[in-house]
Amino acid sequence: MEALTNRVKVMERKPMTFVEKIYLWNIMKGMMITLKHFFKKKATIKYPEQKRPFSPVWRGLQILNRDEEGRERCTACGLCAVACPAEAITMEAAEREPGEENLYREEKYAAKYEINMLRCIFCGLCEEACPKDAIYLSETFTPSNYTRESFIYNKSDLLIPDPKTDPQGFAKARGNRAKKEEV
Amino acid sequence: MNPLLLAIDTETVIAKLVLIVIVISASLVIAMYETYAERKVAAFIQDRIGPNRAGPFGILQPLADGLKLFMKEEIIPATSNKFLFILGPCLAMLTAMMTSAIIPWGNKIEVFGRTVDLQIADVNIGILYVFGVVSMGVYGIMIGGWASNNKFSLLAAIRGASQIISYELAMGLSLIALLMLTGSLSLRTIVMQQMEPGHFWNIVYQPLGFLIFLVCAFAECNRTPFDLSEAENELNFGYHQEYSSMKLGFYLFAEYVNMFISSAIMATLFFGGYDMPFVNEAALSPNVAAAVGIAALMAKIIFFIFLFMWVRWTIPRFRYDQLMNLGWRGLIPLALANMLITGAVILWLHK
Repeated sequence: MEALTNRVKVMERKPMTFVEKIYLWNIMKGMMITLKHFFKKKATIKYPEQKRPFSPVWRGLQILNRDEEGRERCTACGLCAVACPAEAITMEAAEREPGEENLYREEKYAAKYEINMLRCIFCGLCEEACPKDAIYLSETFTPSNYTRESFIYNKSDLLIPDPKTDPQGFAKARGNRAKKEEV
Repeated sequence: MNPLLLAIDTETVIAKLVLIVIVISASLVIAMYETYAERKVAAFIQDRIGPNRAGPFGILQPLADGLKLFMKEEIIPATSNKFLFILGPCLAMLTAMMTSAIIPWGNKIEVFGRTVDLQIADVNIGILYVFGVVSMGVYGIMIGGWASNNKFSLLAAIRGASQIISYELAMGLSLIALLMLTGSLSLRTIVMQQMEPGHFWNIVYQPLGFLIFLVCAFAECNRTPFDLSEAENELNFGYHQEYSSMKLGFYLFAEYVNMFISSAIMATLFFGGYDMPFVNEAALSPNVAAAVGIAALMAKIIFFIFLFMWVRWTIPRFRYDQLMNLGWRGLIPLALANMLITGAVILWLHK
C-alpha cells in the first residue's frame, strides 16, 4: 500500500545487541542524565516568599479608585455593569448631599456597588468602559474563602485606601498597572 | 557449656542493651530521614525543590509525616483475618530491624575501662543469619497481602513472594563466591580481613559478585526497578492497599529500614565496612579509630542509599516476565559462573 503521508516512521525491530541486553550500560547512561538534572537550577518559584513578576496586562481583582484628594471617582453611571459580559456588577446610585464634597467627586455616587467575584471572568471590559477611571483591575488574586456570599465584594472590599490617610496602602493597591494612566 | 556463655556479666548485658537501643533508634531515625531524602532526591532529579515548608529546608517533614500517620484512622477491613492483618506489618518491621544485630558498626571502643564491641552479636554464622532473616521478610508481604482479603493485594503478595524467592537464589550464589575468598561467615572477620594491610576491599576481588548482589538487593528491598509488589498503576498499591494509619507506616518504614540495612551489608561485605581507606586505624587511639570507622561506614551507607534512590528515579519498572527472565536466566547462571571461576582461581592459586 502506498503511504498516505510522508511522516511514516518505520520502526526497526532488530534483536537487541549484547550491550543492550545486559542493560547496565544503558542504565548508566540514564543515571548520568538524571545526575545532570540533580545539579540543574530548579525552576520552582517559592510562592509566598518569592513572587513571579506580573505581566503589564495582568488582570486581577477589581478596585474602585479615588482621586488625589481621596474622593471616590465612581459616579454610578452603570456603564461597567452594561459592559460586563458575565453580569457580575450591581450598583445603586445616590445623590451627593451638601457637605459630602470631600467624599465624592461628582454630584452622583454609587451608594451600593457589588461585584460577584464568582461570576467575574476578569475580562477587563468594565475598566475599558469606565469614563471616570474609577474601576480598574489590580494585581491581586482572588483569595480563597469558605462561603459563596463572601465572594460578593461590596464597596468596603473594593474601595482603594485613601491616598491622604494611607498613602502606602493606596500605592500598594494601585500596583504597577495604574502607573501608565497617570502619565 | 560454652565457656563464652559463662563469661557474660551484668556489665556486658548493660553494654549490649545500650548498644541495641542506640542501633535501633539510629536505624529508625535514619529510616525517617531516608523518606525525606527520597523526596528531596526525587525532586532534585525532576528539577523541583521538594519539601521545604516544615522547618528550614523541610528538615521537620518526616516528623510531620509520622504525626500524620499516627493521627489517621486505623481501619481493619471487616472481611480480613484480624490477627494476620496485624501480624503482617509487625513481621515486616521486625525482620527489617533484626538484621542490624550482626552488623559491625565499628571497631572496639573503651568506655569506663572496658572494651566494648560495636556490634550487638558477633555470630559466627553471620551471613547465614542475614539470609534467614531476610527470607523471613517475605512473610510480612505475603501475610499482609493475604490477610487483606483483596485480590489486588493477594496478587501483589504473590508477585512479591515469587520475586524475593527468585532473587534470593542469585544473591546466595553471589555470596558463596565471596565466602570462598574469605573462608568465614562472620561479618566482623570479613571486615578485619579487608582492613589488613596489603589486602584490598572485596569489591576488587569480586566485582561481578558485587554487581549481582547489588541487583538482588534492589529486588529484595522491593525497590524500583523491581517494585512489582507495590505497583500503583497495576495493583493500585499492592499488598498494603487496605492498610491505614501506623500499620501502613510500618510497611513503608520497614522498606526504608531494609534499604539502610542492605546498604550496611553491602558496605560491610564488599567495601571494607568501617575501614577508612588510607588511614592506619591501629595507630590511632581506640576511641578515635572507632569514631573514624563509624564515620567511614556511614559515608558508605549514605552513598548506597543515594544509589538506591538515584536508580529508583532513573529507571522504570520491569515487566513481570522480564523480571523473571533476568532473575532465572540472567543472574543465576551468571552467579554460578562467577562461583565456578572463583573456585577454580582459588584452587589454582593454592597449588
